[in-house]
This record gives sequence, structure tokens and C-alpha cells, in this order.
Amino acid sequence: MSEAGKAKMGQPMNRLEDPKLVTGNGCYVDDIKRDGMLHLDFLRSPYAHADILSIDTDAALALPGVVAIYTGADLADKLGPVPSFSVPGNFFNTPDMHMLALDKVRFVGEMVVAVVASDRYIARDARELIKVNYKPLPAVTDIEKALLDDAPLVHESMGSNRAFMIPIGDAEGAAKALEGADVVVKERLINQRVIPNPMETRGVVAEYSPWDNELTAWISTQAPQNLRRDFAKFLDHPDAKLRVIAPDVGGGFGPKGAVYPDELMTVYVARELARPVKWIEERQESMMATTHARGQVYDVEMGVNRDGSIQGLRIHMLAHMGAHYGANTPVTAMVTAACITGAYKIPHAVLNAESVFTHTTCIDAYRGFGRTESSYLIERMVNRLAQEIDMDPVELRHKNFIQPDEFPYITPMNNTYDDGHYEVSMSRALEMADYDALREQQRVFRAKGRYVGIGVSSHVWRASFRMPDTHGTDNWCIGGWEKSTVTVSDNGGVTVTIGTCSMGQGIATATAQVVADVLSIDTDNIKIVEKDTFAAPFGNGSMGSRSMVTGGSATLLAAKKARAKILRLAAHLLDSVDDELELKDGCVLVVGQPEKSVSLFDIARLSLRGQEEQPLNEEPTIEESAVYEIPKFAPEFATHTAAWGTHLCLVEVQPATGKIDILRYIAVDDVGRAINPKICAGQIHGGVAQGLGQALMEEAVYDDDGQLLTSSFLDYCTPKATDMPWLEVDFTETPNPTNALGVRGVGESGTCGASPVLVNAVVDALSPLGVTHIDMPLKPEKVWKAIQQAQGDVQEASRHSQKTPRDSQQAQPRPQQEQHA
Amino acid sequence: MIPSQFDYIAAQSVEQATRLLEQTQGAKILAGGMSLLPAVKARLNEPGLLIDIGKLDELVGVSTGWLGRLKIGAMSTHVSLIDHPDLTAQPIFSDAARVIADVQVRNRGTIGGSLSYADPAADWPAVFLALEGEVLLRSHKKKRKVKAEDFFISMMTSAVASNELLTEVAFSLDSKRAGNAYIKHRQPASGLALAGAAVNLVVDKKQRIEKINMGVSGVNAMPFLARSLSEKLQGGVLPSEDALQKLCAQVDECDPLEDLHGGADYRRALLANAASRSITLAYQRATAA
Amino acid sequence: MNISLTINGEPVTADVEPRLLLAHFLRDHRRLTGTHVGCDTSQCGACTIHFNGKAIKSCTMLAVQADGGEVCTIEQLAQGRLLNPLQQAFQDEHGLQCGFCTPGMVMTIAELESRGEPMTDAEIREALEGNRCRCTGYQNIVKAARKVIPEPVGYRGEASA
Repeated sequence: MSEAGKAKMGQPMNRLEDPKLVTGNGCYVDDIKRDGMLHLDFLRSPYAHADILSIDTDAALALPGVVAIYTGADLADKLGPVPSFSVPGNFFNTPDMHMLALDKVRFVGEMVVAVVASDRYIARDARELIKVNYKPLPAVTDIEKALLDDAPLVHESMGSNRAFMIPIGDAEGAAKALEGADVVVKERLINQRVIPNPMETRGVVAEYSPWDNELTAWISTQAPQNLRRDFAKFLDHPDAKLRVIAPDVGGGFGPKGAVYPDELMTVYVARELARPVKWIEERQESMMATTHARGQVYDVEMGVNRDGSIQGLRIHMLAHMGAHYGANTPVTAMVTAACITGAYKIPHAVLNAESVFTHTTCIDAYRGFGRTESSYLIERMVNRLAQEIDMDPVELRHKNFIQPDEFPYITPMNNTYDDGHYEVSMSRALEMADYDALREQQRVFRAKGRYVGIGVSSHVWRASFRMPDTHGTDNWCIGGWEKSTVTVSDNGGVTVTIGTCSMGQGIATATAQVVADVLSIDTDNIKIVEKDTFAAPFGNGSMGSRSMVTGGSATLLAAKKARAKILRLAAHLLDSVDDELELKDGCVLVVGQPEKSVSLFDIARLSLRGQEEQPLNEEPTIEESAVYEIPKFAPEFATHTAAWGTHLCLVEVQPATGKIDILRYIAVDDVGRAINPKICAGQIHGGVAQGLGQALMEEAVYDDDGQLLTSSFLDYCTPKATDMPWLEVDFTETPNPTNALGVRGVGESGTCGASPVLVNAVVDALSPLGVTHIDMPLKPEKVWKAIQQAQGDVQEASRHSQKTPRDSQQAQPRPQQEQHA
Repeated sequence: MIPSQFDYIAAQSVEQATRLLEQTQGAKILAGGMSLLPAVKARLNEPGLLIDIGKLDELVGVSTGWLGRLKIGAMSTHVSLIDHPDLTAQPIFSDAARVIADVQVRNRGTIGGSLSYADPAADWPAVFLALEGEVLLRSHKKKRKVKAEDFFISMMTSAVASNELLTEVAFSLDSKRAGNAYIKHRQPASGLALAGAAVNLVVDKKQRIEKINMGVSGVNAMPFLARSLSEKLQGGVLPSEDALQKLCAQVDECDPLEDLHGGADYRRALLANAASRSITLAYQRATAA
Repeated sequence: MNISLTINGEPVTADVEPRLLLAHFLRDHRRLTGTHVGCDTSQCGACTIHFNGKAIKSCTMLAVQADGGEVCTIEQLAQGRLLNPLQQAFQDEHGLQCGFCTPGMVMTIAELESRGEPMTDAEIREALEGNRCRCTGYQNIVKAARKVIPEPVGYRGEASA
């Protein structure tokens, strides 16, 4: 319970969501039980590429308790291809994906048969009895092998596994710049495929009421309104009669924003059978069926002059698409390009993005989407350059930062950064770290033969987004707007209806704080309505750190409108039209005459009386809406609002085992305005954990036959409590002038900073051995091998005569590593 | 993860458990279930009957006898062997029990179950070998003892026959000038051993190693005794750190598994690190005694 | 098979299949949905409950194995509508975000608390190896645990570094 008047923006108040969740009284989709509910289970392809010759479901159908079985053939005339990314009339090819595979499977985990039974145990038994006759075909999972002439094709109709190739930026300028630069560093970087793995897998409970043709689906999703739009079209169901509800969601992180065939299938079956149907993803299933992330390989050339000024950047990028498109798959390249030059004034840059199909799970959004990839590349390369020209990496950054008076800044990729004050977060991080003392400490340790390194990352990313026109899955338009409605009801209770989607980020609390602050009321009598398309029909869900930027801003504007009406009604009640009024603790007072006051209860009651009792020009009811839309900065693919931070870490590498100890980790991120600092810090903790997870241990590995070797937590390693260092977190709050709330988004800053800072630190630690790069994940074995090789090379080099500096560069030991691309 | 169907009985006695094992095709003993149940859930193992021995209190506990004889009931949980008052002279038990999986698994998993399951990356097998233990196996009509060195047959296969129940693990342990230790490098995802070294040694009055045994987990397809290393260390004092490291890097019996968590060279390197630290710790404990 | 056990202080009898997992028995049959299932391989700990006073993973136990025993789930901890001190600590320290791993985390830490022994932060982290979280980075969970688990005398924890 909060004290009256205590809930203000900027306060680290306790979350309103917590009592329910911490007592086990949350309601996640698997907690929902409906009368007569059936269970759905999917038989999925064990092959990465195969023809389906026949399917025998007789034994399964005969099992008592089995109600229905569906195959691709059953659905062929009834349902069209699964909605996936498309832009009308553009060059993104979108090969169709059937809801259940028809004659071919293209990745391990693709759905082949759906079984419906009276309980989940029987459904599982039935699955075991289905016989699918496959003819395995050659598969390709390596991105470079997929581009070879003899590579097996994922989509025959395309004639190639290359989905598309686009140049972004200025190729000629970049080429000239590199030619003219004093030093050019070439590096190949791998941003490995990872599996987001929220703790709650996906799931659906769907039920159909035939008499009113109403279809209800509870789905563990980040975007209920978007799903309603797509499901209605796909299922040919009137969308006014389709209700999508996201109950409590156990983590989203991006993958739960997509449109999935298994979710669609569950809703379809509920309507077909007119029985409630539940489908809950198992973890192994999730690792194959829920979208993967990252999966890019870059060949990078970056030119710098000896004085530290960066001259140019040229990147050839290969990006995994997977076997088919998800909701956002093809735009990865563009989103990566948007911040690829980072915080730096790089006059010329070009990114050639080649997007490639392979027989793997599709790649889609995951915390940081595109910006984590770009941060990793640019922050790694800046450190690489610093090492090459023997300049402190902090100094190199200072030399090249875009200065505050240079915004709005148009990058060579033609993206506009609206704002940036990089020195502010950088100097705070250096102060917290006592950077000079840290470097001195490093010198001391190095003299004792210890491998201690300091990593820096000064990542720039962009929060929220606005897409032009129609884009995305079929008619899914990710608008850069949100609508919020603030309602004051009968007894002065306040309801806030928003279109974003809580999945652990604390939106309900932050939203309540905004309204409580503006209306000067307690959060006890505020209800947040979200995630139910009947109650909150307009919205674009939560992803890309957009919720407070757009939704929060809309709420602020709506709350202000409500406040204005409250004051007008109060003035009428107090007969004080010309007096100065203030809102305090749920009452409206005349300033200086506190005895002249009226409560929100009385004001609410007035608002419910007839028209003739209202003040002039007012209508009954207090229900104020506002839409906030991100301004369109520039004619580019998607506009965003800028955010940035500086992370710093100190590591020690154990040469005997390759293990990395993180001795200190400092994170300073600019969030514009921290509505709730405790929640903001939590977002940084979680983002850093996922970033460190990728940097240190996570990797989705396919073998040459397309089998996913990492399909359980026995093999896919996410960070545990013992893997995480203590995080020293601080914020700078440079107000964002481009949105009403002044916020910058915080959810994805952690992932953007953590992976480059960790790799930078480890490379710094091993730089005395001549190590210049090691690809993620920095598993102990990989680091150990790099050290072994480097130590061997050092011994080798010391036995030979001196080389020129240029020769030494060429002979830099390149650690042997598995190139998982 | 849903198991296939099976029958279940909670055994009321060892006699009943072994009789059912003998008489029922496809019967399996269910101890703590920490290894068996995940396999059953994944349908990698589809028993016809699970005989739950969880209620057999007679199989729980530690007893000490004459001349350092120690008996541990098969159903003793891992957690019960951490800081057990009767095991204070044998710190290897706490060393190993502490690093098995996690708190929840340690609360249910048993030493008997772990040994029977014979996972090469489990921890008790290496300790069992290093301490030259012996198990008591009971079938319906017979009982027999099997020594540690004869217990592990092949990957995931122990000497426990399909009609036998492992009821206790016994050790004859020196207490004078003896020391033991277990150090393990974990596979980060599963927590099982990538390389673990269980060491038991005895020194003489001049602190020379009189006897040393090292059991290794995680490296090979089976846990094994590093006899070659024992031979090299026997008779001398603890070598210098560098020398010891070199010796531990050359364990002849190594025939490492390779998977995405560790190649052969890396497992050898981890073993070298774990072994030298474990030997050093065991030696310190022995010379302090 | 008939089983009789105590769940959150109440005697319960039921007729269940031998293969029914305890987690499913609690969630689907007893409608105690606070205990969650997050993985297939007994690692994530979202299903952690207490059985006979000890934290165990209910996904790796059969309901029939619980016959005659005492089960305590997350639902038992709150005192009426008041959070118990550990749960309050979770809220105060922002030790939960999506809440899915939270009941399991709380149950494991509750067992550590019941031992009454001092623990360092590193020991707390080690004790949480069987509980995965994807949201919080664990820092605030450790801070919450810290509030109910005593520190060793003279110990300076992570937060004071």
C-alpha cells in the first residue's frame, strides 16, 4: 500500500504487480483451465530438410481420449499460408509457410501434425503413435555454405538461398576513405545465433462461443492487438468478435511479438471443435519453434588515422533468416544499419547486407534487436582500432564522439539520431570506475603475470520506432503511436487504458506513477487496463523499448487532459472560476484557501449528472484520451528516439582453464527520465545478464545435418546466479525533448552494452599475448585455446628475427575457433 | 515432458523390492529419481514397473565400525553427506556432495542411485574409486560385494545386474596421516563434471606419499582410476606446483570424450588443473592430520 | 493409485496415475498454479516446492512418491493478505519482474532461511544454481535473500563493495 500522494514519477516505489506474483497468484496461460478443455500437442519434424511421403494417424486416432488429428493435407483448402513479413510491392521475397507442413519440411521443429486429446498426457501418447514417413534431403545450416552453388535450396522457387542483398550507405565514399586512411583494420566478427528462452515458454488457451461467434484466445504474447489483427484475417473471422488476451506473461524479450503457426492452429482448432483448447510449448519444443536471434557474420574494414580520427567503415554482413520469415526477420539488416556507426562521427560508411535462408529456425527480434548487433560491431571495432594504433580506447572514443551541438545528426547510413550526450554517461562511468586507478591496477597485475583487462563500451541505440506505411506481417502496421485513455469513474476511481503489454517490465506501475503524479492521487485507486483487445483495442504491444516512450507519453497527455477537466469541474463546484486551483491528495483546493476544496469523489459525481448540470461546454463523464506519436525525423525506414550508455568492466582471465572472472561491472545508461529508478535498474540488470549470456556462454548450435544440438538447458547455457557479477548501475537523465514524458527507453540498453564490453575486456586482458579478437561466446575452452595458440606464437616469434610493424600486423595470431555462423 | 505409462509400487522392504525386481520384466529401482526420472520423462527410459525404495529407512544413514570401516546406506541423500558428523575425518564427502547439481537435487538424489546410474560425469563414482570402496548388491536370493575397481563396466553401465539392488557403500579408510579431496570443473549448462579429480592419499612420517588414488569424473566415457599418476607420485613428497601440473597433464588413462562442451585437449587441461589442486589439498589435509 | 498426503497443511487424498508428475498434480488437479513448469530437464527450478521440509523440484517427482508426505507450495507462505518477510523483501528489492521463476526462487530461499545459518553472497548465489531467471540478472534476488539470511560476522557483502 502506498502512502497518499507518494506515488510520483521518479520515485523508486514498490511495484503494484508484485503481491500477486510473489505469492503465486499470477495467472499465466498454463494456469488457465476452462470447462471441457482439450489439449493440443504438435508432432514436429525431426529433420532439417525432408520430403513428407506419408502420414499414418490411424493408431493415434484410435487411442481413447484422442478427439482430432490434423495434417497439412487436412488444412490445405481451409487455411492460407502463415502470415509473415511482407511489404507490398517490394523486393523482400516471402516464401509461403504452411501452418502444418504439406509436402516438405525445412527446419527441425517445423509443425507436421496436430493432435487434440482430452488431457496432455494422452495427447503426448498419441503423438508417439503417429507415423510420418520422411525422405531426408541434404540440408544446409552454415550461412556461407548456403551461398555456394551446390548448396541445397531451402526454397526451390527462389532459385537461391540468398533472400536479398542490399547496400546501405555510401560505397564509393567508404572505399576512398579506407584507401586514404593511415591504418586499416580488417576483422571478421561473428554475432552468434542465440535462443532468447524466456522462463515461460509460449502457449495458448482458446475458446469459441458458436452462438455469438466469439473467439477468445489467451496467448503468452507481447502484442495482443497485433495478433488479433492478423488472426482475424488469417482465420477469416470478424475481428470485432475475436478477442486476444495476454494474461501474465513470463518474459517476452522479442520472440513473443511474432505471429506463430502453432498459436494460430490452437485458435483454429478451438473454433472448429467448439471446445476450449490449450497448447503449451515444452522447453525443447520452444528452443526449436520459437524464433532465434542474432546470427550474423561481418567482414569489417575500418580505417583510422594515427591521430585517432576514424575515417571510414565498410562491412559485408551475412544475416541468417532461418528457413522462413517471422514477423521482423528481413528488417534485421536495416535495423542493424541504423546505429552501425555508433556514437562516432564516421564520415563514410557502407553496409552490404546479404540475408540468407538456411534450414534452421527463423531469426527474429530479441532484446536489442539490430541495435545489439550494431553496438557489438562498432564497439568491438573501435577497441580493435585503439589496440592497433596503441591508443587508450576511452581516448579514441572521446576523439570521435558526435558532440551535443551536432544533433540532429544524419549518419552515413542516412539514419537520424535526434539527440546525444555521450560524454555525460562516459564521464560518470569513468568516475565510478576511477578509470586511471583501474589502469594502474592493471599495470601492477600485468607485471605479476596476471591477465587482467578493462573493457569499455559506449553504445548508442534507439528506443521505440515508427514504421512508415504498411509493413510487417500482412496488414500488421507497427505504428509509432500509442493511445491512452484516462477515465475517472463513479467514486473517483481512475482507470487507465493502454495498448502496451506488461511482461515483467513494470509498465503497470510506471503508468500508475505517471497518472498518480499528474492527478495527485494514490495508486490504490488506479486500475491499469491492458492486454485485452476487448478492453484496450488500440495498441502495438511492447517491444523495442517503446512502452514508456510512446505509451507513457500518451498516458501523460491523457492524464493532463483529465486533470484539466477535473479542474474545470472543480472550479464550477467551488464557484471559483478565476481562482488558482491545485490538486493535492485526491482533492482540488483553492490556493491559499484550503478550506475551499472539493474531492475527486464529488467531482466524479458531478461528471455523471445530466447535461444541464454540467458547466458550460462540458459533457458528462471524465474520459480523456490522447495519442502520442514519435515525430518523423527523416524520410527513412524507421525513426526512433536515441538512447546511449557507457559500460565498463574489469576482468581476469585464468590461463589454466580459460575461465573469466568479472571483477567489476559498471553500467551508466541515459534513460532520459527514470519514471521508477528501481524498475530501470532492474531492466539494466536483466539486459546485462542477457548480454553477458551471449558474450560468455550462449550459442545455438546446429550440426551439418541440421540437428539442433543445443535444445535443452543441459546444453544451452543461460546465466545462473553464480555467473553474474555485482553490477554497479547508475543513470544519467538527459531529458528527451522529442516525447512528452522525456524518456529514452531502458529495456535494451543492457544487452547493447554488455556483449562488446565483455569481449573488449577479455581481449584487453590477453593483448600482451598479441590476441586481437576472440569471437563470442567466450567459452572457457575457446579462450584457453586462444591463449595456448598465442603463447605458442609468442614463443615462435621470439625465436625469429625482428619483423616490421606491418608484417607483425599480418602475423597477428588468429585464434583457432569454431566458426559457428 | 510426459513419461510413458508404467506401474509403480512403494517397496516396504528390501526383500519385497528385490523379489519384484526378480519377478517383473522391465522393473527398475526408483531411488531419488534425480537421474532416472528425467530420462523417463524424456521417454529415453520406459520401465514397466518402478519400484520406489524411498521409504526404506534401513537404507539411509552413515555408520562407522572398527578400523576405519565406514558404511553409507544407498538411500543417503547427497545433502545428508555434507558436513556429516561421522564424516568429518573424510572431507572428500563434503567436497563432492557440495558440488553435485544444486540444492534441490541434493535434497533428493542419493549416493546409491548415483553409483548405480554410472553417469561418467557424476561425482560419486570418482570418489568411490579413489576411496577404494565396495558396494553391497542384493538380489532376491543372494548378496554380493563388488569393489570399486570392478564396478564400472562401460558408459552408463555398472555391475548392478537388472535383478539387483545396491544397498550400501562401504569404505575402509585410514585416518592417520590421510587426506582426501574432490575438485571439479563443471560443464556450465548441465552442472555435471567436465573434469573432476577425487584424491585419497596417505603419507608416511616423512610426509612422503605412501598411497595415492585418484578417481576421475567427466573426462572419459567411464570414471576411472589414474593408476599411472599414482605410480609416479608414490614414494615422494608433494612435487612443486609446476612439476605436479606437468604430471597431471599426462594422465595415461585419459581417453577423453569430445562434445560441444569440451574437446579432448581441453578436458585434459581441466583435469590437470583439478587434479593438481585436489592432490595438493589432499596432501595438505594429510600432513596436517 | 490412491495417495494421501498433506498439502499446505491440509490432508488430501486422490486417485492418480503413477506417471503423473507432482508438479502437474499440484497445478492441474489441486489448482495450485503458483508452482510453474519452465523446462524439460529438471534444471530451471521454477517448479520448486518443499517436500518434508526440503526444497525439491516437483517436476522431477511423481505424485505417488509424495504419498504420506508433506508438501508446501508458494501459496502457503503469505500470511492472509500479508506477504511474509521473504516475499516482502522480494517486493522491496525488486527481486521479480515477470514473476515466472519467482515462486521457485522464493521456495529455495525459504529453505536456506529455515536452516538459520549465515551465508555469504557467493554462497547464496551458489545455492540458487538450481533456479534460473531470465529477467532480473539475479542481483535483486540476492539482495532480497540477504534480508532474511544472516551474514557471517564481520562479512562485507557485494552491495557494500
